[in-house]
Amino acid sequence: MITYLSNNSEIIWAALRQHIALALIPVVLGFLLALPIGYLGVRFPWLYHPLVNVAGVLYSIPSLALFVFLPVVLGTKILSPLNIVVALTIYTVALLARTVADGLRSVDRLVTESATAMGYRRFRRLIDVELPVALPVILAGLRVATVSNISLVSVGALIGIGGLGQLFTRGFQLFYIQPILVGIILSVLLAGVADLIIVLIQRAVTPWTRFQGGRA
Amino acid sequence: MSRLRTAGAAIAGLALTLGLTACGGGSDPLSNDDTGSSAAPGTITVGSANFAESELLAEIYSQALEAKGVTVKRQFNIGARELYLKALQDGSIDLLPEYNGALLSALSSGGAPEGVSKPEDVLGALKKVLPSGTEVLEQSPAEDKDTLTVTADTASKYSLKTIDDLKPVAKDLVIGAGPEWQERYQGLKGLKEVYGIEFKEFKPLDAGGPLTVNALVKNQIQVGNIFSTDSSIVTNKFVVLEDTKSLYLAENIIPLIRTTANNPTVTGALNAVSAKLTTENLTSTLAKVQVDKQDTAAVAKGWLTENGLA
Amino acid sequence: MNLTYLFDPAHWDFSTGSIPQLIVSHLWYVLLALVLGTIIALPVGLFIGHTGRGSFIAINAGNAGRSLPTLGLLMLMVTLLGLGLLPVLIALTVLVIPPILTSAYAGLRTLDHSVVDAARGVGMRPMQVLFRVELPMALPVLMSGFRSAALQVVATATVAASVGLGGLGRLLIDGLAVNDYSRVLAGAIVVAVLAVLLDLILALAQRWIVSPGVRASK
Repeated sequence: MITYLSNNSEIIWAALRQHIALALIPVVLGFLLALPIGYLGVRFPWLYHPLVNVAGVLYSIPSLALFVFLPVVLGTKILSPLNIVVALTIYTVALLARTVADGLRSVDRLVTESATAMGYRRFRRLIDVELPVALPVILAGLRVATVSNISLVSVGALIGIGGLGQLFTRGFQLFYIQPILVGIILSVLLAGVADLIIVLIQRAVTPWTRFQGGRA
Repeated sequence: MSRLRTAGAAIAGLALTLGLTACGGGSDPLSNDDTGSSAAPGTITVGSANFAESELLAEIYSQALEAKGVTVKRQFNIGARELYLKALQDGSIDLLPEYNGALLSALSSGGAPEGVSKPEDVLGALKKVLPSGTEVLEQSPAEDKDTLTVTADTASKYSLKTIDDLKPVAKDLVIGAGPEWQERYQGLKGLKEVYGIEFKEFKPLDAGGPLTVNALVKNQIQVGNIFSTDSSIVTNKFVVLEDTKSLYLAENIIPLIRTTANNPTVTGALNAVSAKLTTENLTSTLAKVQVDKQDTAAVAKGWLTENGLA
Repeated sequence: MNLTYLFDPAHWDFSTGSIPQLIVSHLWYVLLALVLGTIIALPVGLFIGHTGRGSFIAINAGNAGRSLPTLGLLMLMVTLLGLGLLPVLIALTVLVIPPILTSAYAGLRTLDHSVVDAARGVGMRPMQVLFRVELPMALPVLMSGFRSAALQVVATATVAASVGLGGLGRLLIDGLAVNDYSRVLAGAIVVAVLAVLLDLILALAQRWIVSPGVRASK
């Protein structure tokens, strides 16, 4: 394995960089899109169930199918990494919109009512009170989305753009386990590091959760 | 309130970091196409099919071009011909190694025209059917044909020497090849039309790769599509069935390129590769990748050095 | 959107490679993985949840499992073991274990402690507490974990086709290989419909097996 690593460090490094970009850009985009969508599901309660159902269906479309289909829908080139980014953004939104809605819904009525009594208007109340209270739930969802995106990127290798997934197909075509193992290990490590970063962010921005005896 | 600002700042910071990561090292995965203009002028995107030899040849092309100062972007392992030709046409890739007969067969409806089997004839016919905006350069003497291959056991059990010999027994045999064989003329269609052979079952595996070899060895399939340069034929003492009716044409290796990406430097570099490439040196070079598991880039470099091209 | 492949009657007979046959092999992979995954994950999850020992494993199993790329695992297994059902089964079972394990653990941990204490108080032995009180009350959480495992495995079982095996992924991989988008679309639609139907069936099953008393209190 060490010789494989040192002989192929350039390829592996490039694959890793591509993997990071392809997995994490959708996390950021998806998060930014999911916030307003999730909020709509709370602001207009009749929207909540359709939202959850649509998200469920979107999530059950196989990633490979989405990677292949987006060029037809978007008019992008078939090998464009944009297809992967958009597909994973869709999954992220599907996962997070619901989490955001659930997080906001879980905010204790007493809290929102007190805020209203203190003179908060709807938007300020949302930003200053409800979102921070819902943040632990939302960030937990973000962890799931990030980790599953990192694992999903590799499927793109079946159409030639898959970050570390390319190490899988390369190894598989030669029946050679070294590249596959390296790809799996790096992918898991990457997911672990990304997860850890979100946990640290969560600790930094929601210190109150630590005083309730709950786990961060 | 300030907490949330912190959160916002943290997220913005994360986004920024990601943006920077994405742009770092000049290999921004989002910038290579879509507008077509974003790739620096003179950059050639080299593609390859999803099997080891195609990737090796693509790497040889890439390094030969780089040796002449051309900037190359590698987009290997795309898939089967049906897919990568589309990528070539939409400009996702500019260049890739092809096989003249298989390409001709793929581009002509109903298979290659009859009576065309010699390399020059194939090339002549091929030039007439190339998709607009693409061209082929000099073809090399190196050939890699599709074959129908069986194990020595199967060959002696059914006394098989030629593809024709399969006709009476094919109904009991399972054939394995890349999934694209279901629809290809140089696949199940041609076997039926030219030889009148229909197999009991078709197993979609890989393009002459280890899955097919493995399935043959384990008798999960009895007939496999293996490329003639594949070292597994020798190592496993496989029997290649003779193609008496020339379903598989001359399969000389030839660069297929988008006209807009071509220029005299590119043509010169690739023609020099084609001139030095032979079936023998390709077979032995490929074995370094397939058998010795050496890194493709290093093997390609070795070949270019040996042949005075790098 | 071209639906010709999906609605062509020739693809709906029961021959090799037809849609019904692919659905059956797809569901077979899904079922085997779910059964095998449950057999492995449920006892472990219940043990950790019941005793509180090894909570660290249960909390982290979810994310660790999700981070394992199924495609890589599958290709590794096929490279090591050759073609066959076993590699797919291993890769998909690994996918199924984390959500079931985590939800079994979470189901027991989030129970109202006074109920468990009461069960002990009336003289139930540990196994009785687990199977008569804790497990029935944890069922809603457990089932939601099982349902998300099922959804994931239905969508992911498509990767089996990339290593030469069957299931609905064949429509995606073959469609891609022969540049037949109508076939890819058929595959995507059938997989999504299958996932929705399966989730519906599991939701009904959940209603049926969860005790009305537990449901009312939730």
